[in-house]
Amino acid sequence: MIPVLLILIPLLAGLASFFIKNDKTVRSWALFSSLLTVVVAVLAVTVLKENKYLAHQCEWIPALGSSFSVKLDGMGQLLCLLTGIAYPLIFLGTWNSQYKNAKNFFALMLLSQAGLMGVFVAMDALLFYFFWELALIPVYFLCSQWGGEKRIRVTFKFFIYTFLGSVLMLIGILYLQSQTPNKSFGIQDFYNLDLPGKTQSWVFWLFFLAFAIKMPIFPFHTWQPDAYEQSPTATTMVLSGIMVKMGLLGLLRWLLPVLPIASYSWGDVTMSLAVAGIIYASLIAIRQDDIKRLVAYSSIAHIGLMCAAIFAENKSGTQGVMIQMFNHGINIIGLWIIVEIIEKRFGTRKMSELGGLAQKAPVMAIFFVIIALANIALPLTNAFVGEFLMFNGLLNAKSQYSLWFTVFAGVGIILGAVYTLNMIRKIFYGATNQVTEAAQDLKLNEKLSLGIIVALIFWIGVYPQAILNITDGISQTILEQTDISHLFKK
Amino acid sequence: MNALIISALLGVVMMFSSFLLKDRSTVRSMAIAGLLLLLVVNVLEMNGVEFFNINTRDMIVFDRFALLFNTIAFLSTLLYLLLSAKEMAKVGVYFADYLALIFFILCGVILVSSFKSLLILFLGIEIISIPLYILTGSDKRNLKSNEAALKYFLLGTFSTGLMLMGIALIYGAQGSFYSVDISKIAGETPSALLIAGMLLLFFSMSFKVSAAPFHFWTPDVYDGAPTVFTSFMATIVKAAVFVAFIRLFDEAFGLLHLQWQLLVAVITALTLFIGNITAVFQQSVKRMLAYSSIAQAGFMMLSLYAMNADAKEGLMLYVAAYSFATIGIFAVLIKMSDYTFEGFNGFAKHQPLLAATTTIFLLSLAGIPLTAGFLSKFYMLKAALGTGKHLWLVIVAVLMAAVSVYYYFRVIQAMYFKEGEGQPMEVSKPFKWTLVVLAALIILLGIFPNILLSWLYF
Repeated sequence: MIPVLLILIPLLAGLASFFIKNDKTVRSWALFSSLLTVVVAVLAVTVLKENKYLAHQCEWIPALGSSFSVKLDGMGQLLCLLTGIAYPLIFLGTWNSQYKNAKNFFALMLLSQAGLMGVFVAMDALLFYFFWELALIPVYFLCSQWGGEKRIRVTFKFFIYTFLGSVLMLIGILYLQSQTPNKSFGIQDFYNLDLPGKTQSWVFWLFFLAFAIKMPIFPFHTWQPDAYEQSPTATTMVLSGIMVKMGLLGLLRWLLPVLPIASYSWGDVTMSLAVAGIIYASLIAIRQDDIKRLVAYSSIAHIGLMCAAIFAENKSGTQGVMIQMFNHGINIIGLWIIVEIIEKRFGTRKMSELGGLAQKAPVMAIFFVIIALANIALPLTNAFVGEFLMFNGLLNAKSQYSLWFTVFAGVGIILGAVYTLNMIRKIFYGATNQVTEAAQDLKLNEKLSLGIIVALIFWIGVYPQAILNITDGISQTILEQTDISHLFKK
Repeated sequence: MNALIISALLGVVMMFSSFLLKDRSTVRSMAIAGLLLLLVVNVLEMNGVEFFNINTRDMIVFDRFALLFNTIAFLSTLLYLLLSAKEMAKVGVYFADYLALIFFILCGVILVSSFKSLLILFLGIEIISIPLYILTGSDKRNLKSNEAALKYFLLGTFSTGLMLMGIALIYGAQGSFYSVDISKIAGETPSALLIAGMLLLFFSMSFKVSAAPFHFWTPDVYDGAPTVFTSFMATIVKAAVFVAFIRLFDEAFGLLHLQWQLLVAVITALTLFIGNITAVFQQSVKRMLAYSSIAQAGFMMLSLYAMNADAKEGLMLYVAAYSFATIGIFAVLIKMSDYTFEGFNGFAKHQPLLAATTTIFLLSLAGIPLTAGFLSKFYMLKAALGTGKHLWLVIVAVLMAAVSVYYYFRVIQAMYFKEGEGQPMEVSKPFKWTLVVLAALIILLGIFPNILLSWLYF
């Protein structure tokens, strides 16, 4: 019931938005419907935790062995919660941004939410693929229509890149389906597959490429900074806050447990790529002058760490990734909200043209500093918990190079502190200039959305157990499914 | 059998209608009513109601496969006439004749989808081709149209000649025109005569469905023919020939599958590659659609390659998805004066509804989920994977699908993201509604393909 609602509410609200003429009405409507979604998502995590509410299955295309099977497991609950919380925050945080054809903008935003919810709850591979693509289409239109100057070329690259990845995944899905005894796309049938290592090996890459492009993992990241920079900021928040989680969820739900042998044997390669990406992206982030690009590269670094921790294949790493998926989503949306405010107020995103904002807009400075510190995982903030668990997991990984991975990932964290603190310094401290002279502080809606984000940051930072409890069961299940140690004893 | 006889009669009626009816809109309504009639009698036949009982000595058998395809073909033609019949009047003065020719072509379509004897196949192909030569050249004052007709005629008759030669060789080898008899003996060691005949048939059919390297006529003919007829040619006719292709190689040469499978794989890959890559470089949307039709033919060839249950089901879905989408796009294209990609600039602003439906058609052609195009491509890939061989072919197919996104999305980009003047065009309410119905059909099939496919069994 609940997962169907989570898809249907934004879907119907989105379709309805196409027909609302008034800009203000459609804005309120989008906020209202997204609040409704949050309520449902929160209910799913808190009150209605019984299975009968959280799963739904009915026939869809029996001839193909596919059913409409949706379920909220712990990871699904968490990500749906994130998706649910993110959209009202986005709408609230960018309340003052004006869009041409606002009705289409908000309709597409809501449709993308429906697609994302679908990805997080689908328990049937074909359904998963459906939503995987469907989430992309509205985002493509959003970026291409309301983005920056180079938007058409950039988003096209983004689209073709991800489409290529997903069709490769489609082959993988089809192949796995043909191997199941009852020709089914159900996730449980995929888990029960016991393919030989050699086969797993090539199917692994079909899936991994799709996920790696989506996350993105070095060297498949080239679409990302451009796309983040050129998209309208509200869409960038969706892209970076939630869409990248599709790739992580894909790894955790559809790759590791389905192809455990290949995941183990290719683990070193993927972890190397991820760790290389952390260093690479952090180094580039240090050189950026454009705030949007800086945050984009920092996102690559964070995702790289999560990807590496996933392949560590232990409880600490997996739980760390789970909680960090949520944290990263919240934190980066907070950063983007402030970036959007700065861009709208001063007409520039270049750090070299800004400065001294802390004197003129102290509230903004406080919020920004807190979120930025959370972004570099200072203790007491949410990201600290996640990164601590992930590093712990990485260090204890079965790989013989685990120490090296940990060290290099740690260097990435230090570099992260460098560029983040540098950004704070350049934007908020120093002398004011012509651009920032007449700065205004935050408006009510901005305070509200950032306030919620900061509250979440501290709450999870102090009491992470609330989140960890949600995902404890599913992490255990994934690890048991991924465990191949019984193969070594033979 | 219902539809075959009635369509032939309707053809004759349409031919003489211009003597009696001076008003074009009456003729048009008559044609549309005729098609509705065809659709109805065909659906009735699917449910076991037959009006005519003629002994064809099993040369024509209306099985579910044939009947389902005929339904799709009639439905497509009906939508096509609803959308574009008015435009035919602009091509030349012989409005009623064009409609008559279309009914004759439908006659041929029915024949090639239900033949059991090579003679009927030949007859059907000829009944389809000859009216098409005429329709291609119907814009008499246009040099390009004339050139296209001549080109089509010369190459078309040449390939028909090949086909005839092939049939003759096969008759020499097997002593029969029936597919059943041909397949029977082929099970042992096929004679050189039979193989030669089969190859000739294969090449001539490849020509008709414009598979590479026999595709050279397609862009020129599709581009040169009046757009309203290109639409018909590229969809219903092409689909029919494909169905015949599958039928022929399934029933007559099914046992030799392993021998010709590799050949089909190579031709499929080549078709996909040439069609998609060349389409990328086109400047005119019409020509792009011509190449895209080659590319789509490549995907349909996958069903020929795999030749299993999935393949046949998938082909039905594919022809429906492809025909609906292509007819829709052409219907919009006909209304435009500028066929280049730039001509579509700013289209969404001036014609939001048309742009939205065109987007759905393009998404379907590109194979994006939620549209029929996705599931049909999905079926093809599934069928091809099901053979368990030649994995490279599947990889080529999806890579080329990704390439196809490039040129289909160029149109979407032009419509939505680029600024343009927009061309003045007259669009009636019924036209808009028909397009919406077409788009709805595509999405419906994309979510519930069973509506269509359940007709194949039960």
